[in-house]
Amino acid sequence: MRRPFGTGIRVADVFRDARLWSDFGTPPSDDHRRGGFDGGSEPQHGLPVPNAQFGLWLFLGTVTMLFAGFTSAYLVRQAGSDWQPLPYPPILWINTGVLVLSSVLLEVGRRRQRALRRWILGVTVLGVLFLFGQLLAWRALRAQGIYLPTNPHSSFFYILTGVHGAHVLGGVITLLSVLALVWRDALGERTARRLSLCAVYWHFVGGLWLYLLFVLFLL
Amino acid sequence: MHEGNERRKRILEGFFFAFVLITIAVVGIGLGVRRWLPPLASEHGAGIDRMIHYLLITVGALFILGHVVLGYFIWRFSRQERITYRLASARAEKLWSLIPGIVMALVAEGGVLVIGLPIWQKYYLHPAPPDAVLVEVTAEQFAWNIRYPGADGRLGRTDPQLISYENPLGIDVRDPASRDDIVQLGVMYVPVGRPIHVRLRSKDTLHSFFLPHFRVKQDAVPGMTIDIWFTPTQTGEFEIACAELCGFGHFQMRGVLRVLPLEEFERWLTAQPAFSP
Amino acid sequence: MAGKPSVHTHAEPTSFWRRYIFSTDHKVIGIQYYLTAMGMALVGGALAMLIRLQLGWPDEKWPLLAKIFPRGMSGGVMNPDFYLALITMHGTLMIFFFVSLGLVSGFGNYLLPLQIGARDMAFPFLNMLSYWTVVPACVIMLASFFVEGGAAASGWTAYPPLSAVEQAVPGSGLGQTLWILGMALFIASFTMGGLNFVTTILNERTRGMSMMRLPLFIWTLLIASILGLLAFPPLTAAAILLLFDRHGGTSFFLPSGLYFGERVLPHSGGSPLLWQHLFWFLGHPEVYVLILPALGIALDLLPPFTRKPIFGYRLTVYSLFAIGVLSMIVWGHHMFVSGMNPYVGEFFAIGTLAITIPSAIIGFNLIASLWGARLQLRTPALFALGSIAFFGTGGLGGVFLGNATSDIQLHDTYFVVGHFHFMIGGVTLLAILGGTYYWFPKMFGRMMNERLGKIHFWLTFIAFYAVFLTQHFLGFGGMPRRYYAFSKFEFLAPIRDMNAFISVAAFVLGAAQLLFLFNFFWSLFRGARAEQNPWRAATLEWVAPTPPPHGNWGETVPEVHRWPYDYSVPGAPEDFTPQTVPPTVVEVTR
Repeated sequence: MRRPFGTGIRVADVFRDARLWSDFGTPPSDDHRRGGFDGGSEPQHGLPVPNAQFGLWLFLGTVTMLFAGFTSAYLVRQAGSDWQPLPYPPILWINTGVLVLSSVLLEVGRRRQRALRRWILGVTVLGVLFLFGQLLAWRALRAQGIYLPTNPHSSFFYILTGVHGAHVLGGVITLLSVLALVWRDALGERTARRLSLCAVYWHFVGGLWLYLLFVLFLL
Repeated sequence: MHEGNERRKRILEGFFFAFVLITIAVVGIGLGVRRWLPPLASEHGAGIDRMIHYLLITVGALFILGHVVLGYFIWRFSRQERITYRLASARAEKLWSLIPGIVMALVAEGGVLVIGLPIWQKYYLHPAPPDAVLVEVTAEQFAWNIRYPGADGRLGRTDPQLISYENPLGIDVRDPASRDDIVQLGVMYVPVGRPIHVRLRSKDTLHSFFLPHFRVKQDAVPGMTIDIWFTPTQTGEFEIACAELCGFGHFQMRGVLRVLPLEEFERWLTAQPAFSP
Repeated sequence: MAGKPSVHTHAEPTSFWRRYIFSTDHKVIGIQYYLTAMGMALVGGALAMLIRLQLGWPDEKWPLLAKIFPRGMSGGVMNPDFYLALITMHGTLMIFFFVSLGLVSGFGNYLLPLQIGARDMAFPFLNMLSYWTVVPACVIMLASFFVEGGAAASGWTAYPPLSAVEQAVPGSGLGQTLWILGMALFIASFTMGGLNFVTTILNERTRGMSMMRLPLFIWTLLIASILGLLAFPPLTAAAILLLFDRHGGTSFFLPSGLYFGERVLPHSGGSPLLWQHLFWFLGHPEVYVLILPALGIALDLLPPFTRKPIFGYRLTVYSLFAIGVLSMIVWGHHMFVSGMNPYVGEFFAIGTLAITIPSAIIGFNLIASLWGARLQLRTPALFALGSIAFFGTGGLGGVFLGNATSDIQLHDTYFVVGHFHFMIGGVTLLAILGGTYYWFPKMFGRMMNERLGKIHFWLTFIAFYAVFLTQHFLGFGGMPRRYYAFSKFEFLAPIRDMNAFISVAAFVLGAAQLLFLFNFFWSLFRGARAEQNPWRAATLEWVAPTPPPHGNWGETVPEVHRWPYDYSVPGAPEDFTPQTVPPTVVEVTR
């Protein structure tokens, strides 16, 4: 047994055994009926949603607030006198199409169930393609001499696409982990739960991109 | 015997707590009745002082009442051997809660709506009267630059690119309006009894133009020109302080405000040389 | 995977590392947070002592300190940059790393599952992750003192341009960058914690634990967590933009024509006020993130020592909600004289003063809870009663500041310093300390020393008033905050000598905390063994064994039948009825 610090703990154990994974969507066990809002003596369930799903919604709420913060900064800054609209990089059409297609594929795959691996692999590849396409958009702007500090619109473009890209990257990593799971045990209940959480996140990130496109080029 | 000792100790502690709280209330009164505000020297400042005094009396009374009641409750109920009141009905709870709710609504909201906002509106929402004396105040780390428009009543254009040791405001001499501008460092002269229109700017960081005796405080924000006005009612020498953290010299960013009788001010103004870099 | 055993019946980890360091047990994590927060409080407190040393005796030389801070106090005289770094870091450490971590993450983690009858948090791994995210944040914050130019010096509010332009102030170099990074990690950690708290409270309550049977501390934790989740992300956005203004040449907060170091900076068009709006959109709810759980603890510490239920439970809950909602729309009261549109200022003034109504109701309920009590002045009770007095004092001071008109004179003076120290310094400090005396037996199985605790309370309580009540009046005198010395202004001459008095009181306040520290560690090893329920309290955590084992409840999770404040029920065998006692045994009275 490897004992890196001679402490009797293997670092990998911490993560393999980590509760995070087993936590996802644990069905309420018998000793765990929840109280309702104003329950009286009748036991009621807390929320009709499992923890993981509710936690994910809360997380998406914080991401929404993050971009709400960016949006308000954007609107204030846009009113400034030195605002120059950015030329729209045409590759964004393709990127948007790729991201929307990936969401569609994910849903179709989830419904079909057959050859799920291939569907998820396809979605993941599209996700990576999207990120690659965003890099190409940056390159296209740089080629025109438009950099981060060039004007406020370009600053916002680089930063918002960057922060959004980081969230997409997180989605891609999650997709890969689901893919690994699907590869191992086809489609167990646990995998299905994780896949559905992953799908919620992926659609959110896709919707977020449409929203950002709207803010950046239509507002 | 032991029981009795315990009880005596508890009563003593309750008494001590009440004593401390009432002492705090008394010290509060003692401090509250002293004059803390710097002597007033402006017209609208009387309104701000009225607001502060109203709050000192009403909020001060609540402060004293709160401490006395808390002290009394602690004293009284630390003597009790069994509880004498347990649970209020939902209705009683609601009715009792109306008291603090209504009191605060009257004291706080009433105060700001009746006394506060009219003064606020007079101070902030009305532009300076046409007969106001225009003075530009430009804050920088760590000094106050004062500029008067001169005879033409117009301040000349400035450009940060033109700033130099000789031209700290970056005044553009090609602008004819700038030819009679008068520039002062750190000392601001104003006439008494006339509205003073201050155009506030900053060259570098945030500053805040604070005239403690005039109840004037306004942040100077780089990139913005902020207009405020006030009317001095006292002649004499006063101080300008910076009230927004602006760097290591923040604490010594002192300016002087000299309020002169009108004729004296005009004499002084005409004696000043126009700005030339 | 149906029939999979609940995660919570996982065997207790046996290795030292998994049990005490990388533990996913909420109790271990709670104590880790608590100790971390206390460590940061020691640093923050030491900074405060240095600040008071400078303000009390600005002309004095301290050769001994020159040896400890060769740069900041060369020749024994504090230099103004170092002073600004001290106030910035004192504020940051105390607000985010002491009170937020100690009160919300520390007590919150320890007590939440115990008080709602859960075996652990909803996401134990995320919980561990959040703790180990905040550790590097602490390290980065502390390390920033030792970098070129020293720690951040733009105040805990980090207003640009001071925080965005390197030449503006020495601390605006690497120190400020580290400040932003530390805050980013802190926010990440606090967000993970918030997700966990909300999910756990809503979803992990035991059978019978309806929302209206939750202890008020849990309610405050819920509202504080929701506020944190809503308010911190926009600050993150602002911090990202600030980072790019500093290092990417962008102009979000920096206008054109900034003149520093004999040249004009290339930025253009940004707005320093934008930062203030984004900052206070967080900053104000953050105040409530701190004070609501403190009030929750004060409310929960009363019944065991009054031996009667709390007054106005429902109205308190509604008031907490009202405060939570209003707190999101009043941030502008920090900006009355900032150059913000004065019409907007009126809106913020009216909104802010509306908060006084639910706040007054909570204060009233706290005092009314004493009516008819059999009051026992044990140490935790003293702290709870003290925090009522602080809440009243601080809250009433807020009426002056929320009023835009009086704020013109009082803004950025010592009135503000006195006010917020009572609220997010005092109420929270007393709640953390009182909570420690109260829950120490649950956490460590021993009692803290009562006599030392009482001395500690009285020194803290009186010294705190001496320091911060006095500062209110200096504020009326116009004494500006964040001044390194008051010697340059004549209008301060009549009042500046009071600073020596304040400093002496502040040293007493600081020394009193050493007494607490001694008591804490002494009791940890030498304190009297605690019974399972030493305060004879009715809340659920006292039903668990002391200290609670892994999984908290042994074989079965308790079922709850009543609200947490059933004290002195007529006809009951004891003067407290734990939440688990069924109505067939003792009547349910609410």
